[in-house]
Amino acid sequence: MSSLWEYANPLKFMRTTDWLLPIVAVAAVVVTTTGLIWGFFFTPDDFRQGSTVKIVFLHVPAALMAINAWLMMLVASLVWLIRRHHVSALAARAAAPVGAVMTVIGLITGAVWGQPMWGTWWAWDPRLTSFLILFLFYLGYIAMWSAIDDPDTGADLTAVLCLVGSVFAVLSRYAANFWNQGLHQGASLSVAPGTRMDWAYKAPLYTCMVGFGLIFLALVLTGTRTEIRARRMKALAARERMA
Amino acid sequence: MSLKVTDLACARGGLPLLEGVSFVLEPGQALVLRGPNGCGKTTALRTIAGLQPATAGTFDFLPDSIAYAGHADGLKATLSVTENLTFWAAIYGTSGIDHALDRMNLRQLADRAAQNLSAGQKRRLGLARLMVTGRPAWVLDEPTVSLDAASVALFAEVVRAHLAAGGMALMATHIDLGLPEARVLDLGPYKARMPEPSSGFDEAFL
Amino acid sequence: MIALLIRDMRLAFRAGGGFGLGLAFFLILAVLVPLGVGPERGTLALIAPGILWVGALLACLLSLDRIFALDYEDGSLDLLATAPVPLEGVVSIKALAHWLTTGVPLVLVSPVLGLLLNLPVPAYGWLLLSLTLGTPALSVIGTFGAALTVGLKRGGLLLSLLVLPLYIPTLVFGAEVVSRGAQGLAVGTPLALLAGITAGAVALLPFASAHVIRINLR
Repeated sequence: MSSLWEYANPLKFMRTTDWLLPIVAVAAVVVTTTGLIWGFFFTPDDFRQGSTVKIVFLHVPAALMAINAWLMMLVASLVWLIRRHHVSALAARAAAPVGAVMTVIGLITGAVWGQPMWGTWWAWDPRLTSFLILFLFYLGYIAMWSAIDDPDTGADLTAVLCLVGSVFAVLSRYAANFWNQGLHQGASLSVAPGTRMDWAYKAPLYTCMVGFGLIFLALVLTGTRTEIRARRMKALAARERMA
Repeated sequence: MSLKVTDLACARGGLPLLEGVSFVLEPGQALVLRGPNGCGKTTALRTIAGLQPATAGTFDFLPDSIAYAGHADGLKATLSVTENLTFWAAIYGTSGIDHALDRMNLRQLADRAAQNLSAGQKRRLGLARLMVTGRPAWVLDEPTVSLDAASVALFAEVVRAHLAAGGMALMATHIDLGLPEARVLDLGPYKARMPEPSSGFDEAFL
Repeated sequence: MIALLIRDMRLAFRAGGGFGLGLAFFLILAVLVPLGVGPERGTLALIAPGILWVGALLACLLSLDRIFALDYEDGSLDLLATAPVPLEGVVSIKALAHWLTTGVPLVLVSPVLGLLLNLPVPAYGWLLLSLTLGTPALSVIGTFGAALTVGLKRGGLLLSLLVLPLYIPTLVFGAEVVSRGAQGLAVGTPLALLAGITAGAVALLPFASAHVIRINLR
């Protein structure tokens, strides 16, 4: 009986998130605040980049969640297409604006960081470019949802769009790499030998990443609950009209 | 070769419209679906034609026995009558549109562009399209809209000839088709009831 | 299937079919860019590959919403979906018709516009080759976008928003072929990648497009 798919039942989902959401929300605030305060005030300045480096505590988690949000939408879309669980379609819909905002945060913090480091707010570096492209994909996905009245048709069309979009997003990433080799430093958290980042930085950064993950989860749960309520309201109104 | 529908239920925009619709159409028979506007005639026909999935029920017929004609005739305004018909004949892999042109009284309009036809003439061309499909079961949605009395009689004659040749016709209409021998199925009693709020997997939705 | 191709071509060439609009747009763009950028020949030569590719892409975009919208409005799409032809085939033929009426003319006039933009001589061959390889992908991807938005009343703007990001890889590799060709560098890699994207799109996207059309007709 304890299958994961049970939570695809809207009623079960609502009941579970009734108690789960407050916990996640509080945890998100506590962990993120801790991580940010730790990162901003209790870490040493970088010997080369000075205190500007500390924007990493916003930049990296946001960028991470921007990509993970799209991955989550991809998985949820597949679940909808294959198993037709309404909650997963609605969760994909709820994740899109959050992912888009994370992408914007990643871009803005990147610009603020890039200005003192590279001497420019924006460079057509492959990483920056592919983030901007990712933002365009989010916009298209959100616009598609909002253009369709019928919720099942909308779910079907956006799910297909998400699948095809994922393939082209990956292609765009490689195209951007090919097109310009770039200024951006390599992945900040490399597990390769010769680690580039000290634990004094890594620990608060990991905390922030967990915090952003919790924020994302809390927002998606809230959004999904809103969507479920909106659908229920529509269904009830339709029932009134029929009766 | 018959057309059998058992316990059909269908929905439009997520709202259940009809349920429990059953009928059998033998070769040579015609069935007229009747009912008030919005009762689901068009949806039922689109479901039977395979354009949308049925929410319940079984079909017992070959999907490629059906020729569907909806509200719109699917005519291209800048193509001539002949070009329009030839195209559909090619799509259905049949040849010879002469018979259809003659029967629907379109011979002298053959070279005219579809945009210069009157509404009734367009409708006649749309019905001539059915004749070139070569399919036994005609599924027609409001076939006689905008036809004058003479054309309605012409239409009835064509349907009769189709039935006499072993064809079938399933039509939805609320006006007289001039086919008194056709059976009538009133869809009114088959209106779907809303499922009980406490039943089903997606109970929070409907 | 051939009948459908002939019909679509005929419709495109007859009055109101919109044939030539894309070409005219492409030409206007090639005239406007030098007016905006200035007549300096070196600058124009530098940006010509990109401008020609962006122009071809936008010109393609112009005629996309006609692929299915007209057939949807007059009921032909319903009839085609119930006809004994696979919808995947219908979609592919429609993309082919779009390519023949939009993509091929763009390829053919592109050298003339290259002349206007002072494209370096060695790049002409690569321009023709890259557009020939790339424009089928533009048509097929655009057909997918048109299929997504076919049921919507004001789908045109949404169509652009959906399709343009999908055009990015094709644009990057296509323009890269031309600009490398202009500088006399090796073009093998971007050319292969461009051809790969086209082959993949032509092979796979019609299935997605047909699926989406079925959803929209429901």
